[in-house]
Amino acid sequence: MVQPLLSIRNLHLTMTSFDGEAYVLNGIDLDVRRGEIWGLVGESGCGKSLTGLSVSRLVPEPPARYGEGEILFEGRDILKLPMREVQALRGKHIGMIFQDPTTNLNPAYRIGVQLVDVALAAASHDASVLDCPAGAGRRERRRAARRLAGEMLDRVGIPNAAERLDNYPHEFSGGMRQRVLIAMALIGRPDLLIADEPTTALDVSVQAQILKLLKGTVSDHDIGVILITHNLGVVAETCSHVAVMYAGNIVESGPVAEVIESAAHPYTKALMAAVPTKESKRGSLKGLGGTVPNLIAPPPGCRFAPRCPLAIDACRQALPPAINVRQDHQAACIRLTEAQVLADV
Amino acid sequence: MSEPILTIENLSKIYAPKRTIFGRTAEVHALKDVSLSVMKGESFGLVGESGSGKTTLTRSVLHLETPTAGRILFEGQDLAHLSPAELRRLRARVQIVFQDPYASLNPRMSVRDIVTEPMVVHQDTLRLSRKQQDDRAAELLSLVGLGPQHLARYPHEFSGGQRQRICIARALASGPDLLLLDEPTSALDVSVQAQVLNLLCDLQDRLGLTYFFISHDLSVVRYLCNRVALIYRGEIVEEGESDQIFDAPESGYARMLIGAMPQVKVRCDAV
Repeated sequence: MVQPLLSIRNLHLTMTSFDGEAYVLNGIDLDVRRGEIWGLVGESGCGKSLTGLSVSRLVPEPPARYGEGEILFEGRDILKLPMREVQALRGKHIGMIFQDPTTNLNPAYRIGVQLVDVALAAASHDASVLDCPAGAGRRERRRAARRLAGEMLDRVGIPNAAERLDNYPHEFSGGMRQRVLIAMALIGRPDLLIADEPTTALDVSVQAQILKLLKGTVSDHDIGVILITHNLGVVAETCSHVAVMYAGNIVESGPVAEVIESAAHPYTKALMAAVPTKESKRGSLKGLGGTVPNLIAPPPGCRFAPRCPLAIDACRQALPPAINVRQDHQAACIRLTEAQVLADV
Repeated sequence: MSEPILTIENLSKIYAPKRTIFGRTAEVHALKDVSLSVMKGESFGLVGESGSGKTTLTRSVLHLETPTAGRILFEGQDLAHLSPAELRRLRARVQIVFQDPYASLNPRMSVRDIVTEPMVVHQDTLRLSRKQQDDRAAELLSLVGLGPQHLARYPHEFSGGQRQRICIARALASGPDLLLLDEPTSALDVSVQAQVLNLLCDLQDRLGLTYFFISHDLSVVRYLCNRVALIYRGEIVEEGESDQIFDAPESGYARMLIGAMPQVKVRCDAV
């Protein structure tokens, strides 16, 4: 077994607020290998974005405070590295794409300048990125970075890439700006890409293109991807694996086909039942009653228990451990066997 | 199906060029010769990508935009020929629910004030006393799944789904016949979206409302609407029964859009 690219072990994160400590992440376990696209899904506030941001240490501390747990990136614990080394990982080894393409590009600089900056920063840690001889002068490095920027834009499917480098962000459409951000995230040849809702702000047709591009990138460069989304359809079409999060816990994880076709955890089932599909008849959708628990005083035991149709007293005693449903497919539910029986009826 | 409640005939809207510090902007043809009719009691879905003219069309129906050409008829009356007073009376019967429940409620108003405001505005049509208004507000809240105990609270005390319910209660306050729903669930999580969609179905069955539902989420439109129109760059490209459009789309654009819609099932090629 190869060592996973990223391995999150029992990660705990709390946030200080006026009302007290909020237990935001409560023991996250996740392994990402090269070539895998992991989908992180869940409702808003379940901690999926914070999991992604934690990997590149972008959560401000304070208010955040990491408790137990570790984030191993190629064997090194990111939480224990000095900030200078984390900085070297960002961009070069860990690329990020954020939700809103309009606010993540500087409107005052040309696209090319912004891409070249990232390429030069990555090259300062690893000169091979630019593919120019050792000891090359500044001007030469800049020229090489610009050539690379043009190639990257071309690769993400922007026509006349070399000319578009001189455009400003406002001259690009939303989908094109998201492509620029993907190019920017990939320019340092990262090993791990974290995409935080990359298509939520886009139309379905553009979304389909971006997801295809993302899939192509994984097979071309053999990188690992964490795709954070709340859209189960996106996960089903793009990801190889999926982790379903609820209130700071991963409740179910496994290969996408397994989890979607034979969901084991009651929360995953409830999520799936809430998505309208071709077959669902008018008025037949099942919403999930109740609300997401307060993370300052989370319910003891399983955090889903207050909304769970199958909850029994034992559920409220202790946090359920993850149980293997099938190979690689895990779910954290003590009622699992019964839940499955009920589903088969 | 009975007679049309809303008819749009050859509607066009051109935004005139503007002079800005960067020079003159181009003329924008937001709507080109759009004709639609919405029947009483049905759910009509309007689907399009961003920039396709969905919002311009909605705003024109509310007469918040003056069309460049064409007519909008509400139960046979041309909106353009109504006096301001008549228009106000008509607006009691056409209400709207907006996309973002966080932005469309005034944080300084209590739920009671929010829900009774349309009754105060449409006082001359509804003629409700202060007491009746409060009673109706409580009644509306229970209709949308909240309760009278929520009347004195403020919007920040509610979750997104609850806020959208308050928006729906407000839209129902003046007793409308036609409800414009401008992406009412796109800011909500799927589990909450399902609750709001079920509420909309239930309200329609109980109150006999007509829905004009605007969305870019095709699966939601398919779930709720019996007729659908696809709009692309200001033009209606396809219109018909929703089953027919989703199962056998005729235009290339419709096929592309339906093909791009992510499905929650694993396709053979993905495994």
